[in-house]
Amino acid sequence: MTVLKTQAELVELRDALVTRAEGVARLVAVCGGTGCRALGSESVFRALESEMANQGIGDQVTLKMTGCPGFCEKGPLVVIRPDGLFYQGVRAEDVPELVAKTLVEGEIVESLLYTDAETGERIAYERQIPFYAKQRPQLLGMNSRLDPTSITDYISLGGYAALSKALSEMSPEDVIEEVTKAGLRGRGGAGFPTGQKWRITRNAPGDVKYIICNADEGDPGAFMDRAMVEGNPHRLLEGLIIGGYAIGATRGFVYVRAEYPLAAKHLGMAIDQAREYGLLGRDILGSGFDFDIGIVLGAGAFVCGEETALMASIEGRTGEPRPRPPYPSESGLWGKPTNINNVKTWANIPIIIEGGADRYAQIGTERSKGTKIFSVVGKINNTGLVEVPIGTTLRELVFDVGGGIPGGKQFKAVQIGGPSGGCIPREHLDTPIDYETLTELGAMMGSGGMVVVDEDTCMVEFARYFMDFVQQESCGKCVPCRLGTRAMLEVLTRITQGQGREGDVEYLLELGGQIKQSSLCGLGQTAPNPVLSTIRYFRDEYEAHILDRCCPSHACKPLIHYSIDVEKCTGCGRCLRKCPAEAISGAKKEPHVIDREKCIKCGTCLELCKFDAVVVE
Amino acid sequence: MKSQPRFDVGEIEELLQNGEEHGDSSLMAVLEEIQARYRYLPKDALILVSERLGVPLSQTYSVATFYNAFSLKPKGRHIINVCLGTACIVRGSRKVLDRISDRLGIQPGETTDDGELSLETVNCLGACALGPIVVVDGDHHGKMTAARAEKLLAESVPEGVEA
Repeated sequence: MTVLKTQAELVELRDALVTRAEGVARLVAVCGGTGCRALGSESVFRALESEMANQGIGDQVTLKMTGCPGFCEKGPLVVIRPDGLFYQGVRAEDVPELVAKTLVEGEIVESLLYTDAETGERIAYERQIPFYAKQRPQLLGMNSRLDPTSITDYISLGGYAALSKALSEMSPEDVIEEVTKAGLRGRGGAGFPTGQKWRITRNAPGDVKYIICNADEGDPGAFMDRAMVEGNPHRLLEGLIIGGYAIGATRGFVYVRAEYPLAAKHLGMAIDQAREYGLLGRDILGSGFDFDIGIVLGAGAFVCGEETALMASIEGRTGEPRPRPPYPSESGLWGKPTNINNVKTWANIPIIIEGGADRYAQIGTERSKGTKIFSVVGKINNTGLVEVPIGTTLRELVFDVGGGIPGGKQFKAVQIGGPSGGCIPREHLDTPIDYETLTELGAMMGSGGMVVVDEDTCMVEFARYFMDFVQQESCGKCVPCRLGTRAMLEVLTRITQGQGREGDVEYLLELGGQIKQSSLCGLGQTAPNPVLSTIRYFRDEYEAHILDRCCPSHACKPLIHYSIDVEKCTGCGRCLRKCPAEAISGAKKEPHVIDREKCIKCGTCLELCKFDAVVVE
Repeated sequence: MKSQPRFDVGEIEELLQNGEEHGDSSLMAVLEEIQARYRYLPKDALILVSERLGVPLSQTYSVATFYNAFSLKPKGRHIINVCLGTACIVRGSRKVLDRISDRLGIQPGETTDDGELSLETVNCLGACALGPIVVVDGDHHGKMTAARAEKLLAESVPEGVEA
């Protein structure tokens, strides 16, 4: 085992690794992210392993289970590098053909290629696929080139060079200056300038300082942090070690969400490897700088994404926030100055240090530099992780990258920022996205979760869903959040049940404004956003529920009825047999009828009918 | 409740020794281990953990009841977890949950009388491309509908269990 004692030794190791890799020309990268694993990528990997050995090419091709390249919709993904031949939806039974044709004979397996939904054209190479064409994968790009459990993979791709540069050529002040100049803003969502935050913590009095990586990604629909910790944990570690050096901390913590076991596992392996190589621990790379990192597992509380609650949780208490000031940079973990940043913020650091602030700042808008990862999910053709320059428009994200809405349905809105964010409707699709524009539109950048909804989603019910979420996750410490969200939830529930009253909308607006102003922490201060933004853009839907007692999207159960179109019904009996409430009757080959008294509106008949004869109104 | 593992002080001795060195800050980690091992936090374990870590029982209890990952009631041998993240919700996971809940005769958070099955919900698994997702004992099943969930129950629920 090599303990790297100097910068030169790191360079030497990297050169040796690169030379060794040059002997093997091709890399077969199987996505090992949670999404592809759930679709069976592990069995694809095993099949490739044995098939490559069978066909005698095991030593000519490198096989790797890599991090996530983002295009979850089409998993399991297999990418063959360096050409970037892109196979999607690969199953274990496809593997013998893939190996024989592509790896042995150098031909393309047509059936595994991506098919463009619009043109029907098959596309062979990753860079030509529209999903990737507009992306700028600074943070995610390395994911599909390395095995996240291998530190040598990361080093051979230039990993830890930024750390080495920082430790040997830059003072801590230089590092902070570079991060400040780069214009990096907190990627957790609030957008506070990172360099400034670091400087405050560095200048805070005290010998003991801590840094924390917030990997408690609780926003439903967002999974970029997971993809990064799972897919390239060393990049995160490198960012943390550089940050520790700049801030003057001796210890760092990564708070990982309990629901992400693979991320915690890969991160744990990365920490052990970094220690072995002398990149963590005492006297890192011979610089005299001592630093170590520990993992803390969360236990399923959304509020722990809030920084003061997160620190309370690390200290072994309930995750309840406390008022600020004092800010963590003055008094944080165990009362010591503490700098907290999100996974993506830390992972940006090596890029800034290595390439320089000026190069980093070339991407982005006037006020917000760099790239931003969005998870584009919901009613969208190309679900996945998308990394684009800040300032890209929503339309580009939803239609060019995301491929539009499936099933010929109409786009209705995109919800950004999760339970703290808001909905943005069609008319603002051309807005370039940055921190300020989103806030002006009543949403927020947040972690970058972006849920697309179509005409079938009722915006009142959608708002109710988020309110239900925050109400359950409210820690209960402050009254506006604990009781205010409950009151809002009660009104919203009543509206979706067809018992709305005139004045409800005004009441929600007033209460929402008060909760925003008077709640203790970010959870409460942003909790009304999903409601306020849907009222702002979809007030007509609220009014239809309240005044007309109808749900325009046909989604709210108490406001809809199921019936059967006698013209279309063939009397096949499928629905009749499966109806759990026995509410359907009718003779064979005669039109069936639904008994409204018995109907529980479960939707089974709608799902089953092959003749579109079930009508919801 | 024949299927519950019995709580044995000896088994968590190592955990406790490790915890004693770190006090409060190891409380969560120790409770997480106990939860993983027994699928709940037995009362005796909470008392013991408090004594050994030097943490007031009130604090241990408040931590044990604050976080969703902990349970004071025994969980079933098999766990069915329905994702209610936003992406799954807009694709219809509520209907999936309703159907499973209806078939098992238990509400989310409850366990069948024979101690075999627990029905849980989760706020997002981050595998949104597969939504709606149902996880049975760690295995992901994607693109669920109410009808497919029913089939899944029939396939994955062990014999002799009412479903």
